[in-house]
Formats: sequence, C-alpha cells, structure tokens
Amino acid sequence: MKTIQKLLLGLGAGLLLIGCGNNSKEGSAGAMASSNAEKVYLAPGEHDEFYAFMSGGYSGNLTVYGLPSGRMLKEIPVFSQFPTNGYGYSEESKAMLNTSFGFVPWGDSHHPDISQTNGELDGRWIFINENNTPRVARISLTTFETEEIIELPNSAGNHASSFVTENTEYIVAGTRFAVPNPQRDMPIDEMKGEFKGPLSFISIDQEHGHMNLEFQLNMPGFNYDLAHPGRDKSHGWFFFTSYNTEEAHTMQEVNASQNDKDFIAAVNWQMIAEYIKNGGGTKVAGTYAHNTYDESTMTATTEMKQGVISVDPREVEGAVYYMPVPKSPHGLDVDPSGRYIIGNGKLSTQLSVYSFEKIQNAIQNKDFDGDAYGIPILSFESVLEGVVDSGGLGPLHTEFDGKGFGYTTYFISSEVVKWELGTWEVIDRQPSYYSVGHLMIPGGNSRNPYGKYMVSLNKITKDRYLPTGPELEHSAQLYDITGEKMELLLDFPTHGEPHYAAGIPAEKIKAQSKKYYELEENNHKYAVKNEADTRLERNGNEVHVYATTVRSHFAPDNIEGIKVGDKVYFHITNLEQDFDVPHGFAMIGANTSEILVMPGQTKTIIWEPKREGVWPFYCTDFCSALHQEMQGYVRVSAKNSNTKLRWSLDDEWKD
Amino acid sequence: MNIQFTIKSLTSVLVLAGFLACNSSDEKSNPNQSTGEAADLTETSASNKGQAFIEGDSEEKNALQLAIGSEDHTTLVTAVKAAGVENALVNVGPLTVFAPTNSAFDKIDQATLEDLLKPENKAKLANILVHHVAPSNYPVKTLEKNIEKDRKLYMADGSYLEVVRKGEDLYIGDAKIMASVNVSNGWVHIIDNVLLPNN
Repeated sequence: MKTIQKLLLGLGAGLLLIGCGNNSKEGSAGAMASSNAEKVYLAPGEHDEFYAFMSGGYSGNLTVYGLPSGRMLKEIPVFSQFPTNGYGYSEESKAMLNTSFGFVPWGDSHHPDISQTNGELDGRWIFINENNTPRVARISLTTFETEEIIELPNSAGNHASSFVTENTEYIVAGTRFAVPNPQRDMPIDEMKGEFKGPLSFISIDQEHGHMNLEFQLNMPGFNYDLAHPGRDKSHGWFFFTSYNTEEAHTMQEVNASQNDKDFIAAVNWQMIAEYIKNGGGTKVAGTYAHNTYDESTMTATTEMKQGVISVDPREVEGAVYYMPVPKSPHGLDVDPSGRYIIGNGKLSTQLSVYSFEKIQNAIQNKDFDGDAYGIPILSFESVLEGVVDSGGLGPLHTEFDGKGFGYTTYFISSEVVKWELGTWEVIDRQPSYYSVGHLMIPGGNSRNPYGKYMVSLNKITKDRYLPTGPELEHSAQLYDITGEKMELLLDFPTHGEPHYAAGIPAEKIKAQSKKYYELEENNHKYAVKNEADTRLERNGNEVHVYATTVRSHFAPDNIEGIKVGDKVYFHITNLEQDFDVPHGFAMIGANTSEILVMPGQTKTIIWEPKREGVWPFYCTDFCSALHQEMQGYVRVSAKNSNTKLRWSLDDEWKD
Repeated sequence: MNIQFTIKSLTSVLVLAGFLACNSSDEKSNPNQSTGEAADLTETSASNKGQAFIEGDSEEKNALQLAIGSEDHTTLVTAVKAAGVENALVNVGPLTVFAPTNSAFDKIDQATLEDLLKPENKAKLANILVHHVAPSNYPVKTLEKNIEKDRKLYMADGSYLEVVRKGEDLYIGDAKIMASVNVSNGWVHIIDNVLLPNN
C-alpha cells in the first residue's frame, strides 16, 4: 500500500516544512546569542551572583562554581584523598576517611544540601552523602572545609540523602541496596522479605552542626532512592521514593520493572522523634565511625561508635505510610509551599503530584489499599492531586522557581520541561545536551527559591567540547528562567559526575568566608608560633620536626642526624597572617602527598628515609618572588651512625 | 534538502514526542552553514541539534541509524521523523525497539491510518511509536526468559506487552519477530505487524 507510505511521507515533509519555517527568524539569533553572552559575562575582577556547589560523584568531592559565569572556584575534598592540599594524606586529616571497614580513600558523593532556617537557605553548612560506604559529611561554609563525617551502619547505597529539614533538625540517609539487617551469611536468592532498607535520621546540633545518628527506621527491603522533607504545612514529614518493590535480587533492569507501581514512603519524623524521646525503639548492633575535625587543634579524630536505635515502622502507629507511585521513581520533590509532593517515575511518561492535605485526609479516613509488610498503603486515587503529562520520557527530578512553576528533567527524551503548579500544564520545554540527570535552581528545594537561573547536570557529553579522548568531563547547562520560556545561556564542563547541586546567593555567604587562620587560635599539638621555638625532638626512631614557613624560607632549613629507618614527622606551621599566602611542603621520597598549609595553620606529613644522603625539601606553592629559594636539606645517615641530631637556619645550629 | 526544525516550532507541534532538533537529510552541509554564520553559535552548532545528529561515535549503528539504513523500514523512518522521536532512539538507552517493516504498516486499515495522520493526532502517532520501545535491553534470550518466568515487557509509553511463543517463533502481541539486530544502544527486533496500543 504505497499510498500509506506517501501519506506518512507527506506528513513528515509537512512537519519538516512547518518546523523549518521559522528558521530565518531563529537565524537572526546572532543578536540573541550576543545578549546571552552579556548575561553570563563577568568583567575581570567581578564576582558571580550565586555560588553553586556541585557534587563530584565518583570524585568523592564537592566542587564550587560561580553562576552565571560557570567558573570553577574550588574543589572541596570530602570523601576522597586529595593530594592537592594533603587531605586524607596528612596526619591530621587521615582520620576523616576512617570507617568501620578501615581507612577508605575514596567515596561517591551525590546530593549536596545547604542548611536551612525556617525553610530558607541559611548558609551555615552544606551536607553531602556518600553512596558506596554509607556516610554523610558536613562542610563549613566559613572555611569551605569538611568538618565532620558520620558513617551509617546496617545500610548500603546511601543515595536518598543528604536532605535537610527546614530548620536543619535532621539530615536523612537511605538504603538503595537492600541488605540483611543485621548483616548475616545467607543465600542471595532468599532476599525477598529478609532484606531491609533502613532509613537513618541524623539530628544536628544547632550550635556546632555536629551530627548524631538518632535512629534508623527499619523499612522493608525496597530500594530507597531519593527523598525530600516536607516544608511549611508539611513540615514534620519526610518522603522517600523506592523502587524494586519486586525485591528482585538479580537482573534488576528487567525484574525491577514488573510492578506497575512502586512506593513513596511518607514518614512523620516528628512523631518518631517523640516516640524515641519516650524510650521507644530498640538498641541494635551496628559499628560506625564518627569523624570530626577540630578547627582549633586542626586535627581530625575518629570515634568508633557501637549500636543504634532501631525503630520498627509498624510499632509507631500513624507515622509511616506507603503511597503508590508509577514506574520505578527517582526524584521526590516538594514544592515551596509544602502542599505538593512530586514523584518522578523514571520509566513513566508522567509526574505524579500528591497533595499533602489529601494524604492527611486519607490517613484520617483510613483510605488504605492493603499494606506492604504491615505498612498501610494509602489508596492512589485518594492522595493523587494531579498528573503532569508532558509527553517527555524518563522524568528524573524536579525543582521550583518560587513563582509557581516546576522544572523537571527527562533523561530519555533529553530535555527540561517547565510546568505550572496547580494546573499541571506544560509551559515550555528545552533540549538538554545530552540526557540530563538532575537540575538545580538556587534554593529550588527550599521555601524560597531564587528563580533566576537553572542549571541542568547532563550525563552525556559526547561532542559538546573539544574532544579529549574517550574519557570526558560531564557537562552542565545554564538557563535563564526569568521569562516564560527557558533560555539556554551557557555550557560548561563539570568535574566528576555531579548528581545534584545546591546553589545560594553569593551575598548570603561571601562575607563570612574565612581569609586565614589566627595564629593565636592555633591549638595544634605540634604548632610553633615563632622561629625561635622551631626544633627537633627524637623519641626512639620517631623524629618530630617543629618547623615554620614564612616568605621565603623554612625554619629550620638544614637538618642533620636523621637515620635510615626513622619516621620523620614534619609539622609545618605557616606563620603568615595574610589572605592567600599558603606555603606547601614536599619531601623527596615521601610515600604520601604534599601538604598545602594555609596562613596560621599547622599540617603534618610523615617521611621514612630509606637511603643515606642529603635530601631536599621545598615549598610547592609559588608563594613569593623568592619561592624558588624556599627549600632546605635533610642529611640522612646510616642506621647505626653517630651523626648528632641538630638543625639550623642561616647556620645558627641548635641541638 | 537542507532544512532544520527549530525547537520552538516543534514543541508547538508535538506534545508527546519529547524534544528533538531539526532533521537534516544532509549532515555534511551543516558545517558550511555554521561557518557562514559564525556568530550564531548557540543556534546552529552541529551538536545543538541533538544526539541523533552526532556522527561517528560508534562503529556500531544505533537503533535509528539501523532503521535509516534499511530498505524495509522507510515507512517507520518517515513516521519517526514526522513524530520527532529521533533523539529518543539514539540516546544511551538501553532500548529495545520493535521495528515494523513497510509491509507491516501496509496492513493497517486505511481508516485507522487516515485518522492517525490527521494533524490533531500527531501526538497519537508519537505515542504509537513509543509503544514500540522498551527502555531496557531485551535480546532474544531475555525475551525467552520472560516467557519462562512469566515476566511482562514494560514499554516506554507506560503499557506492558507480553511475549509469547508460537511454534518456533516469538511474538510480541500479535507481531512476529522476524529478525533481531544488536545495535549500539540496545536491540532492534524486526516485526511483521504494527503494535497498536489499547487506548
């Protein structure tokens, strides 16, 4: 039937013609492109309007960008060793990477979230989760350094994290890979009904930000994927998506998409916190590392903790419900008013919008559709408020602009769709290059979004930049979202794999950014605050070098009496008290990294000399005009030699 | 034919199709166009057209390229282009595409097809095409296992299809799988009937 083919061809040609009719109009985009350039251009020396903190994914770190320029400002080491400044290598920072599995030099960082007060970004701290060895970190937004890392026992795949409640009461952590809880040796294919998916609630001390693993909700063994807290009216609740409610233990790409719907877990955490306060829950086994960095001693310590309060969700009546959600959902997002909860069914074509009010009514009326392992399932029809039917394929994640619109990423159809809250009508759609994962609007998951820019974090880069071999950085795109239509302004590469980002107006944190550490407040055990106190101390084969740096020399810079087999600890205090005058320290043959020491700071690396000779050390940071001269020597003698331990600066030898 | 869809006009036309950039039947001519309008980078750079138009990223053909290269699938390719779902067929996937041949399209009754081709039903056309795509890897072996384990096949339009065995042959719905090709982003199974969604 050739006519059919002709009809289709005709239709195709018609569309092509219609589509391309506007080409000449768009062709004049030279002017538009240049105004886009103005929108992202910062004159030399000008500052960006927003900070964007992007997770590093498999880099384990957090990168800091400026928006709208897309300039990368810093990489903050969090879960991975970072030779650039010695994090995870220096004696002081190694403890940050301790876990119940021992020292783990790497992590997979996922979702940063900035602390909030009354549902608004407050710029105190930023939290980020680690997926592989379940952990959550807290980073200071004053020093931009990692201050604390807490491990989550009895869990695996901490993906639904590190989302912050609206007064930073709690941070949550989830279990994306259901596991036996407690862990035990058992056949994998007996998983169903046996594995668990604990959800961890970490309370935050408001003064210092210290994290405390308060309780774990021992949920059925589905894969808890993403989460968001309620806000405003729905404050006090937390919502988690789950997939693999089939509890498939193998070939999940097929076996985990059999159920037409999976579940969103709705958790009244206030009720559970009250239950715990009244002695509820059971203390169960669980070993976890809690690592804290003390800014005063400049040293991290590990406390290995035992036991955690476990809560059976069935024991706290009225606190935990499931809501059906189509097709292996990914993102779970709550609009700024807290009224609407959005489930992004990643294999569906639609978004499911739930109303908090309807959820409350359904609970009140016991409008249940059975239960899953004793947890009541709210009937889908009774809680569903609306559906966003954009026709896009593969919705992953939604944020809000604070002006009544949601923005959702679609991975398969590679686009961002703007839609209206309340009418659920699609307003605009723009392509992403390519296959977008999450997106970020500064404050876009808070009560008060700053709806000026939206950044899409794309999974596929391919030909966007000059080619650099098979391995490419990921790509981000910046859109202007002030108009009805989103407008693509800029492409820029991102480091690692940003799974999510958190943005904040620069004004909120810029002024608090620390410029240097006060030497007076340096309580490091091995700090020396002037050159007169610099010295060496031998204790058996351990030698401690109390050294200082100042432009442009080390004190001491000549050391003798070190022997093969010694363990030499170089404790370097940077005596500078000025903004941006770091000194580095590197020693030939050290089996560790350099250290980069900020003004007023003390850092330590260890060196174990293996050969006799005279060996140099030097400053790695181009600190001054005489940086090249900033070096010293260590004389290493045989193990049994009588060379006297002594040190000098400018030939003033001491011993 | 060196013409380009613009995103704006497309989105007004297509509700379901997802995004796509403009089709060009002659890729090679585009760089010339770009150099002619050097300032117009964001609109005409080759990569702003979408993943469907990136060249040489795999030795293997992707699902769309395979269909384009097949004489038996000219109707399907025309429909895909008309509905604007090219980019959905070239992304990283994995995808399993059930690709009706030209003669499969010929079997649709005239009335249904004419209805489908009405301008107001363009979204429906895209929906029908998406009904032929499963967002996962389904080689024949996995399809056979679906029968064995009583598993459903989840399609990208939100519906489920069943795979059954009739004699020596595998069927999806009432369409026989005539051949299977491994492509760079999944699998293409060539079928002898168009799969029409229930709705």
